[in-house]
Amino acid sequence: MTAPAARPALAPALRDAALAALIALGLFLPLVGLRTDVGPGGGLFLRTRWPDVALLVGVVFLGRLAARLWQDWRAARRGASLPKRLAGPLSRSGRLVAPLLLAFALLLPVIPGIGRYELDLGILVLTYVMLGWGLNIVVGLAGLLDLGYVAFYAVGAYSYALLAQAFGLSFWICLPLAGLLAAFWGILLGFPVLRLRGDYLAIVTLAFGEIIRLVLLNWVSLTGGPNGISGIPRPSFFGLSFSAGGGPGSFADAFGLEPSPTHRVVFLYYLILALALLTNWVTLRLRRQPLGRAWEAMREDEVACRSLGINITTTKLTAFALGAMFGGFAGAFFATRQAFISPESFTFIESAIILAIVVLGGLGSQLGVAIAALGLIGGFEVFRDLQEWRMLVFGGAMVLIMIWKPRGLVGSRTPSVALGQRRTISASMVAEGRG
Amino acid sequence: MAYALQQLINGISLGMIYGLIAVGYTMVYGIIGMINFAHGDIFMIGAFLSLIFLLLVTAGGLDGAAAILLVLVLSMAFTALYGWTVERIAYRPLRGSFRLAPLISAIGMSIVLQNYVQVSQGARVKPMEPLVRGGITVMRDGDFAVQLSTMQMLIVAVTLSVLAVFTWLVTRTPLGRAMRACEQDRRMASLLGIDTDRTISITFVIGAALASVAGTMYLLRYGVIDFYIGFLVGVKAFTAAVLGGIGSLPGAVLGGLLIGLIETFWSAYFSVQYKDVAAFSILVLTLVLMPTGLLGRAEVEKV
Amino acid sequence: MRPILSVEALTMRFGGLTAVREVSFAAATGAITAVIGPNGAGKTTMFNCITGFYRPSEGSITLHRPERPVALHRLAGHRIARAGVARTFQNVRLFGGMTVLENLLVAQHRRLMAATGFGIGAVLGLSGYRAAEAAAIGRATAWLEACGLLDRADDPAASLPYGAQRRLEIARAMCTEPALLCLDEPAAGLNPRESLALGALLRAIRDGRAAEGASPCSILLIEHDMGVVMGISDHIVVLDHGSKIADGLPAAIRADPRVIAAYLGEGEGEDEEDEADAGAAGDGPAA
Repeated sequence: MTAPAARPALAPALRDAALAALIALGLFLPLVGLRTDVGPGGGLFLRTRWPDVALLVGVVFLGRLAARLWQDWRAARRGASLPKRLAGPLSRSGRLVAPLLLAFALLLPVIPGIGRYELDLGILVLTYVMLGWGLNIVVGLAGLLDLGYVAFYAVGAYSYALLAQAFGLSFWICLPLAGLLAAFWGILLGFPVLRLRGDYLAIVTLAFGEIIRLVLLNWVSLTGGPNGISGIPRPSFFGLSFSAGGGPGSFADAFGLEPSPTHRVVFLYYLILALALLTNWVTLRLRRQPLGRAWEAMREDEVACRSLGINITTTKLTAFALGAMFGGFAGAFFATRQAFISPESFTFIESAIILAIVVLGGLGSQLGVAIAALGLIGGFEVFRDLQEWRMLVFGGAMVLIMIWKPRGLVGSRTPSVALGQRRTISASMVAEGRG
Repeated sequence: MAYALQQLINGISLGMIYGLIAVGYTMVYGIIGMINFAHGDIFMIGAFLSLIFLLLVTAGGLDGAAAILLVLVLSMAFTALYGWTVERIAYRPLRGSFRLAPLISAIGMSIVLQNYVQVSQGARVKPMEPLVRGGITVMRDGDFAVQLSTMQMLIVAVTLSVLAVFTWLVTRTPLGRAMRACEQDRRMASLLGIDTDRTISITFVIGAALASVAGTMYLLRYGVIDFYIGFLVGVKAFTAAVLGGIGSLPGAVLGGLLIGLIETFWSAYFSVQYKDVAAFSILVLTLVLMPTGLLGRAEVEKV
Repeated sequence: MRPILSVEALTMRFGGLTAVREVSFAAATGAITAVIGPNGAGKTTMFNCITGFYRPSEGSITLHRPERPVALHRLAGHRIARAGVARTFQNVRLFGGMTVLENLLVAQHRRLMAATGFGIGAVLGLSGYRAAEAAAIGRATAWLEACGLLDRADDPAASLPYGAQRRLEIARAMCTEPALLCLDEPAAGLNPRESLALGALLRAIRDGRAAEGASPCSILLIEHDMGVVMGISDHIVVLDHGSKIADGLPAAIRADPRVIAAYLGEGEGEDEEDEADAGAAGDGPAA
């Protein structure tokens, strides 16, 4: 508060920071200070990097000291903290965020200065928004913790690639087929795990995701193994192709445009935007229907659901199937966009990122998921200069956001129906499910 | 027959490594009911620390048993520090929070640890010359000789002695009593004057120390490590913990042995490619058919 | 007396422990039947058998519907509710993060689901669903009014005071339009005034005059507090140590020496069981 009060607090803060620095020294001394390198003879040797250690320890010392002093200062100063004071205006302006984001997403390709790179980034972000929304059905609404969501993404991608290559089917026929196949796998996974709860469910879904990936990796005759599948047909605009040279039957020719590779990118951008919005639309509608309400009720209390005659089995399976279906759509889109897929794109880390988007955004919140996807994936791309450091920053950000906001950015819940005015329900009352 | 015996030996020595890591999973799950997703990466850190200390110690002129012992002790101490820090930074602030928050935090921590080692030690695999050579021929069947290598004997001996010390710690000391009390009912334990935060910290420290022993053994046995080994080995060790019945310490070791044996026999008789599929399938089957594992306690839901 | 529910030689064993031993009784249609007994008498176990949360070791439980009798002991949990048995829980189990109104709509899931064409029609916004939903909201509103919760319809269930949560749970059970309403210690934790109101509500439910459009509903309740039960029950069954020791009208039960002995009797020995039961009962969502 004032200088005399701050003075005695400095000593414990210094002691605390020194302790933190000591621990940091213990952590960094061997692993950072001594680097193992492969020598010319093939043997390993150690290279010392003491300045790096000193730098890190110094950073920890100062960081901890600053954090402590900041905490003390804030504890001394009564009154609402900054986030609390901002909460009111933020929630009021929150109503505007969704339409603004949507308008921005719709207009992105025509905004001047938006080039190929920005559109590609937009496609990437929207893919994750769609995956997040798909997983949100399973985790956010039904409360079923799924750590293997990428399996359905993979099923969708490989389904499209194989169907398109083997039978020459067009994207528009393959897309629903890929979704259906993914939904089928969702049900297949759903059946055995119906009785499992919480972390056990998470682990089984993780294992399932890995099994799918390992099968894709090892079933070389079908999937090409680690080499993946290349030359996947690109999508057409209702039969008009996006060939670079233009020519008869191409998109540019039909509309009398100059052939440009940007056409395809813009088309892909609107395609994924439409797919994502479809996911959102179906989810929002279902939330206001008995099925969606049953999902949320199941998340709140499975036992009570059973006592009301709700069939838990089918309710869980529909959630798995629908979530998987949207994952499959996204997978088919991914395959057609990349024209090349390999098991490397479907590792556990992808599942973890999608789940992180859902949890960081706020379970069950469509807007939160979109913002989290934009922040995480966009941020991840923006920091591409950090190279190998950026995964480190990414993981650290996951930890920090969880500590800062354990219920995610938008933790509150909007009721699906109301007699009078709809009031949001604070996160502290909403259960997160045990399944 | 001789071939099977050889696989049995290989499987047991591999299973011991899984068992050591599984103990860490099962302890943490028992006490705070969360899957410590970063535990596999703690094992990886243990392996890297072992490599660094091994290079230091051999550069210092030590050799043989003394060197291994010193490396074990040093890497246990430093890995334990990592275990403690992870708990302090990523899990403690989320104690009593929503269930998914610690899980995401743990996944984030796992990403951090992997990439921290990638940044600090490089992404290339680290090959090491075998330190422990030789062995004995147990049996000869025609051309096939069943080998019991010194390395395998070392793994079994070290694991068993570490587990013996650990069992003594958990069953015979006040610390172990506090741990078991927290496992039963954390709130009650704290009402009875047990410092639960400290007990949980110690659980992480012990778990990390055991994982570090597993890391040392892995390094000595395979001689190649990289920053990514933690994930797969971690998942398999978790499978072992679940197979044995999560929360049960003897179950973790038993589960580890079973996973090691299954993996070895599967690779020997069926296909090496699908050995991980086998491990994951067992995980799924165990959880679906026998959710409490071999030695776990049944959880009954009260209405 | 036409029974709505008949229980025949019901036995439930947990490992070596027999919680309920060969209990038989019948609950009459249009009546409030109470099962009472000291703590640890096996009431909740029997209740869980009837409502399908446990599968009885032996014996049968039959629900007598006008169309045909239903063997409840053979049905899976959610099918028992569909057969016409609704229940509440000793530790209130509401959907806390959902509003009061949503709680009541979830209870009408089955009917609404059928009206949606199992989800497909609803997504497309077919008109049949809208009518069904309006009817469901109407039914919910009627029950909210009956339970005095209408002004809290849009509040999250978890924010209600305890007594209101208990009433909401009853309203939610009634929204499934059951033939038999099973209440697990409905008066637990209520103050005397609330208990009195509960009695009136239960009688109104029994006679089908609680809410607009409601039909008469038989009630089976288990209670540990004799005082509450005597006032509202038409028929009482007394359990002790897992066996039935009395069965009759409230006045007869009050005078039955065996019942008095069970409640006041064995002194010290009773305490241990109290603890055992309390341990089981206290094991709510917190565990």
